[in-house]
Amino acid sequence: MSCQQVHQFLDAYIDRELDLATTLEFEDHLKECSGCRTIYEQYKDLHDSVQAQLSYFEASDRLQRKVRAALRSDGSDARREWFPHWRAWAIAASIVAVILIGTVLFQTLKRSRQSEMLAEQVVSSHIRSLMANHLSDVISSDQHTVKPWFNGKLDFAPVVKDLASQGFPLAGGRLDYLADRPVAALVYKRRQHTINLFLWPSPDSDSRPGTETARGYNVVHWTQAHMNYWAVSDLNAAELGEFAADLRK
Amino acid sequence: MTKYSEASEFYWNPRTKWRDRTIDEGKWNKLAEKRVQKGKPDVFERTVLPYINSAYNLARWLTRNEHDAEDIVQEAFLRAFKSFDTFIPGRDARAWLLAIVRNSCRTWLRRNRPHETATQLDDDAAAPLDTWSDPEAALIKNANSQLIREALEGLPFEYREILILRELEELSYKEIAQIAEVPLGTVMSRLSRARRELYARLGSLAGENRR
Repeated sequence: MSCQQVHQFLDAYIDRELDLATTLEFEDHLKECSGCRTIYEQYKDLHDSVQAQLSYFEASDRLQRKVRAALRSDGSDARREWFPHWRAWAIAASIVAVILIGTVLFQTLKRSRQSEMLAEQVVSSHIRSLMANHLSDVISSDQHTVKPWFNGKLDFAPVVKDLASQGFPLAGGRLDYLADRPVAALVYKRRQHTINLFLWPSPDSDSRPGTETARGYNVVHWTQAHMNYWAVSDLNAAELGEFAADLRK
Repeated sequence: MTKYSEASEFYWNPRTKWRDRTIDEGKWNKLAEKRVQKGKPDVFERTVLPYINSAYNLARWLTRNEHDAEDIVQEAFLRAFKSFDTFIPGRDARAWLLAIVRNSCRTWLRRNRPHETATQLDDDAAAPLDTWSDPEAALIKNANSQLIREALEGLPFEYREILILRELEELSYKEIAQIAEVPLGTVMSRLSRARRELYARLGSLAGENRR
């Protein structure tokens, strides 16, 4: 290694950045060349004392607080990351809502379809009872005769009301089959019109009367005290409604 | 193995094995990224914020002004936080931060003091080596930090930057090369030029003071 190279490598040697081979060459040269050795020693000495005297500026507490605060408020960037999370919840909630509304609508539709179908059955039953002259199995205008007649024939005790004073005399009762089950059929009269009132237990809670029309017959139905009531007649809707109202009292 | 256990944390599903098989690499990376994002402020505070003194020191030397340095440090930290994704965990966070601070300083100086960064350096020529008589050398050696500061502040940006990174941060030539965006060989020659320039200035300043 030449003196020229030694001068060039002084800094790298001090900083221990020379590779091993060059370091050894450098040191060999220093051992042999007193001029370079003096230069190196002076330079190294100078370097060490200047390095030791270099001021290191430290960040003030105020700056540290400022930076920390700035990062915190900028951390809203990170908090914004949470938003998709909330959005996901919102989407989930709307899906649940749509499903709920859909289910309710579907149930309502289904129920109205069911009640339409039931109305058909009720009307058919009514017509059959008139055609076959099989209106009543027990012929009596006395509720205390009609009601006990059902004992042992049904798994429930139908409410038999005497509405003679309201102009709907009881004519009798019979068994019938509706909505896939045996039901009680009570026969009331209004002038020349016959009213068939079907009743059977229901799991549903009370509901207000709903009306249907099928094949020229009026049908009114409601649920009361866990009983389904279906009244059908060729009587006009107003008077049938009156009948229903009297029964519900 | 870590992938497996962390995946189960994401899904909370006892059938992790099945779930795990359904995660493709891209989806996995996305999830991992999200998790990193959530913990980002904490991790950043732990890994980068401790080097605020290094950041301020560099900015202070490069701008030679307290207030400008503080502004730059704040801006640099926000920048660092935003690009924290580019930081490779396990690497030296100080060197990574200092590169950002250095670039912030450069940008700031170009905008506010364009003449300071316009120096043309002759990095390729060999650095001249002054020698001093013993009394001269003693004079330089005994220079106080005020004088050294004066001498160093008179040097061009590139010399100041390399001297601070080496003498105060004691970074390796390789790290300095990355921060200053110059080849390794340039770091070596530039550093020796910077030092010799500094000592020469120090010598003349000390001589003036004595007269």
